[in-house]
Amino acid sequence: MLKIDNLHVKVDGKEILQGLTLEIPSGEVHAVMGPNGSGKSTLANVLAGRPGYEITAGSVTFQGRDLLALAPEERAREGVFLGFQYPVEIPGVNNVYLLKAAVNAARKHRGLEEVDAFEFLTLVREKMRLMRMEESMLSRGVNEGFSGGEKKRNEILQMLVLEPRLAILDETDSGLDIDALKIVANGVNTLRSPARSLVLVTHYQRLLDYIVPDHVHVLVKGRIARSGDKSLALELERRGYDWVTGEAA
Amino acid sequence: MSETENRLESLLARRYKHGFVTDIDADTVPPGLDEDVVRLISRKKGEPAFLTEWRLKALRHWLTMSEPHWSHTSYPPIDYQAISYYSAPKAKSDGPKSLDEVDPKLLETYEKLGVPLHERARLAGVAVDAVFDSVSVATTFKERLNEAGVVFCPFSEAVQRHPELLERYLGTVVPFTDNFFASLNSAVFSDGSFVHVPKGVRCPMELSTYFRINAAKTGQFERTLIIADEGAYVSYLEGCTAPMRDENQLHAAVVELVALEDAFIKYSTVQNWYPGDAEGKGGIYNFVTKRGECRGRNSHISWTQVETGSAITWKYPSCILRGDGSSGEFYSVATVNNRQQADTGTKMIHIGRDTRSTIISKGISAGHGQNTYRGLVKVLPSAHGARNFTQCDSLLMGGKCGAHTFPYVEVKNPSATVEHEASTSKISDDQLFYCLSRGISEEDAVNLIVSGFCKTVFKELPMEFAVEAQNLLAVSLEGAVG
Ligand SMILES: Nc1ncnc2c1ncn2[C@@H]1O[C@H](COP(=O)(O)OP(=O)(O)O)[C@@H](O)[C@H]1O
Ligand SMILES: [Mg+2]
Repeated sequence: MLKIDNLHVKVDGKEILQGLTLEIPSGEVHAVMGPNGSGKSTLANVLAGRPGYEITAGSVTFQGRDLLALAPEERAREGVFLGFQYPVEIPGVNNVYLLKAAVNAARKHRGLEEVDAFEFLTLVREKMRLMRMEESMLSRGVNEGFSGGEKKRNEILQMLVLEPRLAILDETDSGLDIDALKIVANGVNTLRSPARSLVLVTHYQRLLDYIVPDHVHVLVKGRIARSGDKSLALELERRGYDWVTGEAA
Repeated sequence: MSETENRLESLLARRYKHGFVTDIDADTVPPGLDEDVVRLISRKKGEPAFLTEWRLKALRHWLTMSEPHWSHTSYPPIDYQAISYYSAPKAKSDGPKSLDEVDPKLLETYEKLGVPLHERARLAGVAVDAVFDSVSVATTFKERLNEAGVVFCPFSEAVQRHPELLERYLGTVVPFTDNFFASLNSAVFSDGSFVHVPKGVRCPMELSTYFRINAAKTGQFERTLIIADEGAYVSYLEGCTAPMRDENQLHAAVVELVALEDAFIKYSTVQNWYPGDAEGKGGIYNFVTKRGECRGRNSHISWTQVETGSAITWKYPSCILRGDGSSGEFYSVATVNNRQQADTGTKMIHIGRDTRSTIISKGISAGHGQNTYRGLVKVLPSAHGARNFTQCDSLLMGGKCGAHTFPYVEVKNPSATVEHEASTSKISDDQLFYCLSRGISEEDAVNLIVSGFCKTVFKELPMEFAVEAQNLLAVSLEGAVG
């Protein structure tokens, strides 16, 4: 599904990713953990195509194609989804309208006609129930006045409706209380399938109790310092990041 | 300049879709303005003596005035003697009685403009008056309106059929001495729409006028008068386009609204005159005086405007809140791109007790455009308990445009409440990337964000036109993508 090879990325002249290599096969869930500032969001943003990052070396292949050659909107239409760490507010733009525009953009890309308004709404409502979201949030501005938790749930709602091939969730668990965390995890789990891959970027292992990953990677100073299975997350929790950073240094 | 700004720049080179010229025989008077020209226009329209006299007084007054230059705009001097003050498509007979008699070329023109007169009449249930250069060429739905007692006809027809109403109301809201362009208009106005909704009648459909400038080197000076009698309701919309021409053309209209006791007038404008090319060559000078008077108690006037076209826009749709408990609203979206300049806003004059006014202005500036909000809220000593709320938001796209805000407030009654909020923002990289990351194209993303910014104004437009306005906005900010 996704193959990252020796990726080097600079931001403002400073090298943040320093030769990152990672492979995520179809159907797997990988957690990327690491201390603050280790480059987790940078990785997520680069995969989604956010401007402002200078890729100095390395390659990213997505379903056999050069992902870095695609514009961000093309990546999304090909099935890449980024759940933002800090979803932005877009005042006055209807939440459901943006979602519909997104669905239609992907459909157009696949040569399909626009989604039927009724079917679309039925689907969105069903997913909203799953995410325990008030229906009124559909007609509000995108993330406008949403609480931190509501924003995160809205990201997952979008993901559930868009059904991406590869979802990268950047700290979707941060700022959620335990009930919200379970709802979000439940939503994410419904999307697990052999045809889909997930990257969970997280700081804490708490989320991984609810979305059990196939692999866990620890990112330190722009590189994967250690990989393992779920037990690695637990060990990190017990011993702290210093354990890995110390080793990596 | 940030990356977003660079990308916006390239998105913003615009296309104008209504720039074609209709090849039609026209009866055009030679350029120049004097008493003879005014008499000629008046004679062509078969006007009663009082109106000819009124025009002449206006001309004489105009000759004593000089062009105002206080607005935040700049343009080369206008040679008023080089303009033709009257142009009409040559009619085969005395003018069409029904749509079937209208010159097919004209019907085709309106169809191309997206205002198919037959279709719109049948499907949308909107009555349309189509004004081509100086004259009205077709009005639809006359019978149904007649049944309701509503008069909706070309101004020149009202002169013939309702002279008493004209004599009573014309110039009572915008006197011929009002300002330079209003005086000029009073002397030479050609056509426009006239609406009278009698006591207690709710106009059964939306009324709309579609203005089209076609002829070269002509000015368009239309005059619209809308009277809503006691308890009457009317919603009216005007749309405007013009061909692409290298020289500037003057459009100096006057609109007067009169709302009597408990009457309600909603006036919406979707202005898309030719804005000129990317270097600022050509385009319409849109110098317009629009004013409504809430004459009766609890009357209401609401202006909504979406201004996307014109090289220069200079207009301040205003409300005189004379009746106790009357209220006025002004909702505005003004976009400028390339070299466009807009100086627009409103005046809310509170005279009656407990009068209320709301001003929502959204200015969008792109390219080298200059966008100015200029507003006056004036509360006279008599306006006990008056209330105003003003909100002015500016959105800047790119680094070469400008947004300016001049909110004037004069309060002469201490019981009044006047609130003002203002903001200036840019389309942020984050907002844009958020949309892109959802698969939405850059162009659609910009439009989405801009429409969100304008939402509070768009929702005031009649349903059928809200979509049109949104599309127009998209076009006006559209680039030569692909
Ligand atoms: N736009 C930026 N400009 C400058 N530095 C940045 C920018 N984005 C990220 N960085 C820096 O890159 C490093 C990695 O940041 P980030 O990827 O957000 O880490 P994480 O998500 O793991 O906390 C940090 O040192 C951060 O300060
Ligand atoms: Mg981060």
